Amino acid sequence: MGTYIIRRLLWVIVLLFLVSLLTFIIFYLFPSADPAALRAGRQPNPALVEQIRQSLGLDKPWYVQYGRYMKNLILHFDLGTSYQNNISVKEQIFQRLPATISLTVGAVVVWVVAGVSVGILSAVKRRTWLDRTAMTGALIGISAPVYWLGLVALYLFANDIGKIKIFSGANSYVPLSQDPAKWFSSLILPWLVLAASFAAFYARLLRANLLETMSEDYIRTARAKGLGERRVIMRHGVRSAMTPVVTALGLDIGILLGGAILTESVFNIPGVGRLAYDAITRSDLPMIQGTVLFGAFFIVMANLVVDIAYAFLDPRVRYS
Amino acid sequence: MSALLEVDDLHVYFDTDDGLVKAVDGVSFSVDRGEVLGIVGESGSGKSVSMLTVMGLTRSSNTQLSGAARFEDRDLIELKPDELRQVRGNDIAMIFQDPLSSLHPFYKVGWQLVEAIRAHQNVTKAAARERSVELLDMVGIPEPRRRVDAYPHEFSGGMRQRAMIAMALANEPKLLIADEPTTALDVTVQAQILELIARLQRELGMAVILITHDLGVVAEVTNNINVMYAGRIVESAPTDRIFAAPEHPYTWGLLRSIPSLDRPRDEELVPIPGRPPSLINRPTGCHFHPRCPYVRERHKQVDPRLDAVLDDADHKVACLLPSETRKRIWSELKAGKDPQEARAAVNLEEVEEVGR
Repeated sequence: MGTYIIRRLLWVIVLLFLVSLLTFIIFYLFPSADPAALRAGRQPNPALVEQIRQSLGLDKPWYVQYGRYMKNLILHFDLGTSYQNNISVKEQIFQRLPATISLTVGAVVVWVVAGVSVGILSAVKRRTWLDRTAMTGALIGISAPVYWLGLVALYLFANDIGKIKIFSGANSYVPLSQDPAKWFSSLILPWLVLAASFAAFYARLLRANLLETMSEDYIRTARAKGLGERRVIMRHGVRSAMTPVVTALGLDIGILLGGAILTESVFNIPGVGRLAYDAITRSDLPMIQGTVLFGAFFIVMANLVVDIAYAFLDPRVRYS
Repeated sequence: MSALLEVDDLHVYFDTDDGLVKAVDGVSFSVDRGEVLGIVGESGSGKSVSMLTVMGLTRSSNTQLSGAARFEDRDLIELKPDELRQVRGNDIAMIFQDPLSSLHPFYKVGWQLVEAIRAHQNVTKAAARERSVELLDMVGIPEPRRRVDAYPHEFSGGMRQRAMIAMALANEPKLLIADEPTTALDVTVQAQILELIARLQRELGMAVILITHDLGVVAEVTNNINVMYAGRIVESAPTDRIFAAPEHPYTWGLLRSIPSLDRPRDEELVPIPGRPPSLINRPTGCHFHPRCPYVRERHKQVDPRLDAVLDDADHKVACLLPSETRKRIWSELKAGKDPQEARAAVNLEEVEEVGR
């Protein structure tokens, strides 16, 4: 297990290196705008643009720029400074991270509770009106895009523009450290909106897994032992059916920690996703590179954690 | 003495998309305390379904049940789920064909044993664990104190079935139902498991129902045998008489398909021609007639009853041929003739048949 983890961690480094290289190449192959010109302001004179270009190092070939970037990253863990405002990329990402973590963690709690309980109920009450209603709801949840669902939610429930003014709307994010009560109320709507499609997906996944598991031989054994139906379902059925759900959960958390771009944009939450979105619209390469590497890091680490967790969930799995 | 288990005119029908599957169609038999009963038949003969029904494991909204299964004067078919739960794993225990898929892959063997014990006995976890070690020792698992913490996948096939047996015996059942307990195992291990079941049966004095498709398996260990075909019992007799004087053409087929060391090596094993019938659209008349080498026109119309043979009240058979003729055919078959020769030798076309 130890050597396995070390081998996987080495792969993480290789993968992150490839991701950074790819981001760089894509940025130079498909330039969206001239970063120097954007920086120079509304009426730039060519001399100023040229001067900015030189000071940002944009006049050098891309591989020289990449080499310099990697050198700073490896030696100093320095992700460079934004083209936009000269503030350290690393600093800005860490400053934005609490909002993204708040959004992710809350949404995870909502969708796990909702998805798992609906999934189990639907499987146990298969082909009843309860199952059909839940699965129709799940289908809608999966089909509704976040940007649409978010706008509908704001239109219906936001306390500024909503028809029923019960939840804080967009632009209301308050950091946890500042005011926990306001932090909570400002995130209720984003949590529900972000969790909706995940909850629907998890409910369907768990229902399908549980139905399959309940026809296994060891479920028949559990019943033959004289166990109560509740114990048969929860300790024998759900225990097996949860394994793929845990896998999906790990990966989804990894992806969201890299920034929930759509939800953060709709509700204007100052998270990493929002930061990445702004960087892309401004051709701010260091910031794009930083947020992409950050997101990639969370995803590959989540993958590793999931694979390790698997060995604990399923005793038949052994790594070497 | 009243029987331990008395199954009376049991019917089990499953409602499926293809139609009504008549898996068990009027089965009656009884098992006494301490008796070992073999139920023999092909896949789809209803042998497993009838016993799963006794355990209440076929209950569902798509299942139609009728008849009775009286266990110590309580009808298991009528029991409420909660009452039935107290019988299952306690008074009646069951083991299955594939011990790997029948044990939960995520839990240690000991954990699963403790769970079985504590489902019916009010004992501490520590006491249940001690008992688990004893049980593993009793079924012949070496180093039980260490093995109790192993996972099922760390056991060999034979050890897994031993663990299943240990789990079934956890609450000292009065009846053990073993559903093809050796089918998924290596041939050398099969004999060990059968011997183990026979030994435990003697030591604990419990009754055993051994379900198998292989007559060879039940020969050594059973007192009585029921042969099932297409959801019904076609022959029922004490074990020695099934082997010495079988009466049903299907039983003859089964016997002729077992390899035996005391027969000439060049003698061919004879498969029963054809396939088991559809349980949705059953054959008319005798259900075995499409595959029977001794079929006559009348057999396609008349459905035979399970009746005692003339000179033996314990020996029942459902066949339209006269007993005299059946005895003659069997002696021809024993003499090495094939069914067509036997049919000609007894001059079947001339035989008079009466009754049903």
